[in-house]
Amino acid sequence: MSTSIKIYVPRDAAALSVGANRVATAIASEAKKRGQQVEIIRNGSRGMLWLEPLVEVETAKGRVAFGPVTPKDVASLFEANFLTAGAHPLNLGLTEEIPFFKNQERLTFARVGVIDPLSVDDYIAHGGFAGLKKAVTMTGAAIVQEVADSGLRGRGGAGFPTGIKWKTVLGAEADQKYIVCNADEGDSGTFADRMLMEGDPYTLIEGMAIAGVAVGATKGFIYLRSEYPHAYQTLLEAIRTARAARWLGPAIGGSSYAFDLEVRLGAGAYICGEETSLLESLEGKRAIVRAKPPLPALKGLFGKPTIVNNVMSLATIPWIMANGAKAYADFGMGRSRGTLPIQLAGNIKQGGLIEKAFGVSLREIIETYGGGTHSGRSFRAVQVGGPLGAYFPESLLDTPMDYEAMAAKKGLLGHGGMVIFDDTVDLAQQARFAFEFCAKESCGKCTPCRIGATRGVETMDKVIAGDTSKLALIDDLCHLMTDASLCAMGGLTPVPVMSAMTHFPDDFNRAPKRMTPENLAAE
Amino acid sequence: MSWDDAVASSIVNEYKHLAGATLPILHALQENFGYVDKRAVPLIADALNMSKAEIFGAITFYHDFRHEPAGQTVVKLCRAEACQSMGCESLVEHLKNAHGVEINATTEDGRLTVETVYCLGNCALGPAALINGELVGRVDEDLLDAVCKGQSHDRMAG
Repeated sequence: MSTSIKIYVPRDAAALSVGANRVATAIASEAKKRGQQVEIIRNGSRGMLWLEPLVEVETAKGRVAFGPVTPKDVASLFEANFLTAGAHPLNLGLTEEIPFFKNQERLTFARVGVIDPLSVDDYIAHGGFAGLKKAVTMTGAAIVQEVADSGLRGRGGAGFPTGIKWKTVLGAEADQKYIVCNADEGDSGTFADRMLMEGDPYTLIEGMAIAGVAVGATKGFIYLRSEYPHAYQTLLEAIRTARAARWLGPAIGGSSYAFDLEVRLGAGAYICGEETSLLESLEGKRAIVRAKPPLPALKGLFGKPTIVNNVMSLATIPWIMANGAKAYADFGMGRSRGTLPIQLAGNIKQGGLIEKAFGVSLREIIETYGGGTHSGRSFRAVQVGGPLGAYFPESLLDTPMDYEAMAAKKGLLGHGGMVIFDDTVDLAQQARFAFEFCAKESCGKCTPCRIGATRGVETMDKVIAGDTSKLALIDDLCHLMTDASLCAMGGLTPVPVMSAMTHFPDDFNRAPKRMTPENLAAE
Repeated sequence: MSWDDAVASSIVNEYKHLAGATLPILHALQENFGYVDKRAVPLIADALNMSKAEIFGAITFYHDFRHEPAGQTVVKLCRAEACQSMGCESLVEHLKNAHGVEINATTEDGRLTVETVYCLGNCALGPAALINGELVGRVDEDLLDAVCKGQSHDRMAG
């Protein structure tokens, strides 16, 4: 009778999308057939998504990776003694020695892909709840100061200092306060929140509990987008098990503090990533953006003082509390302290999650980590920061990933997503899409966004049909939307449009392909 | 199952105690019936002490809620930037040209609904789609051909 060998097959949605469940089933049945004792653990993803399904085997030297594995490979893996890291074309060596993984600074993602995401014991064995245990011995003011000293800024995109937000809520007097986690990760090219929630959900729960202890809030909500059904199931189970282990409830971690959590599903509206519209949605209404002031920190959910933070911000809090503000602030550059979970996506050979200290260049991420385009064609553009982020050409790739450095180039860092395009992309079409997306997703409250986006689509159609005189109108419209929109939806839609026009002028000045009657009539 | 006011009422009653119960109720109704019938409006408005206009507004504001039943198979095809960079728009064209399947519509025989979705968080393995709730990466014409013909495919199921 052989001893049971641990095999890790991710349960992350990206891994499932390329067959991880079928691989896990194949491994289990092949092991049974061979009378081999194995323990299959469904972990999160290590973030090397082009290698998914990435199967790991625990050995005396560490975990050895095999990937990408298909069910058809399983028999040959057993033949090659993969359980003892035998030679096989899919053998990638020690997981943590793969350069893509090795050269990261994983703080927020330290446990993702490593542990069993739904085992409280595994979480604790890897340092979990150390931050919360420390927090319950501190005053609220001291916790808030620690967060402020770490330099942590809102990872949702706005980059607002988290400590200042918390201090405002701490100082507010109210019978009830709330912690709201913004898990409405709607930006295309981003999946860090999803991976964290599926791969290490207790970190988010711990971060929210610390926030509750710090400002005196006893109730939290995670507002999760409905497009993440796997994350939803994982969070429900994580909250249930955390409650059973008394890390949520009337006396968290045996302390005198009470804190409990609910997950709520969004319903396909991108605007709910905007914090005030998210609050409206949580209250059961149409997600119409609120005018500020009042700040949500003073008058938020159900009119009560509310912390609204992104998943990444909250999930970083346990590390900061456990290791100290200074240790976190030692990473990064300028006013961007700590690390940024970067998501490399789109037409890229080696896409995935890369957590790095702020300051790494776009070029290093795309070329060193990404290894070029998936299609093999030449690189043409990268959109950084989601649908409201700028399109950058090759000449701007040496820009460091830092809030201020990106802003200086009229771009933004957003939630850290990078979408790569090869030379088949038409930036005029992308500019048109930016308006189209805004028109579809605008909440409709303010005129510049509601009407401006629709006029933008119509005008871009004329430009694409060959009437370049309309570019002056686009320019004018962009300035108006930037200056007069109520929130970032309308206010930042001009960013992709203007960057495309500035950096890729050729795409906007082409002669018409053919002057159809419709095109002529449009003029 | 087809719409049933009594069943709908019991679902509404099950969730109405929640703070801000509108979305949980609408999700539960859609989960059960496959769509939210307009007869839900007065039921929810009464239960939550909100106006019918507010409930109707919520149902129509959020893209998720369907106003009529979907097909037996539902494909939510991502058409956001990361999937655009991997050719999702040519998949939309393929569905139309090879199968006569229009996006954001249900086929006349009621077998297939294809909907646009903006981002499924699978942006490094695009084009992505949710097919009957299952996330699929690297979607190609071959896979969509199988879905349109109602056939199984070795990259789906399990």
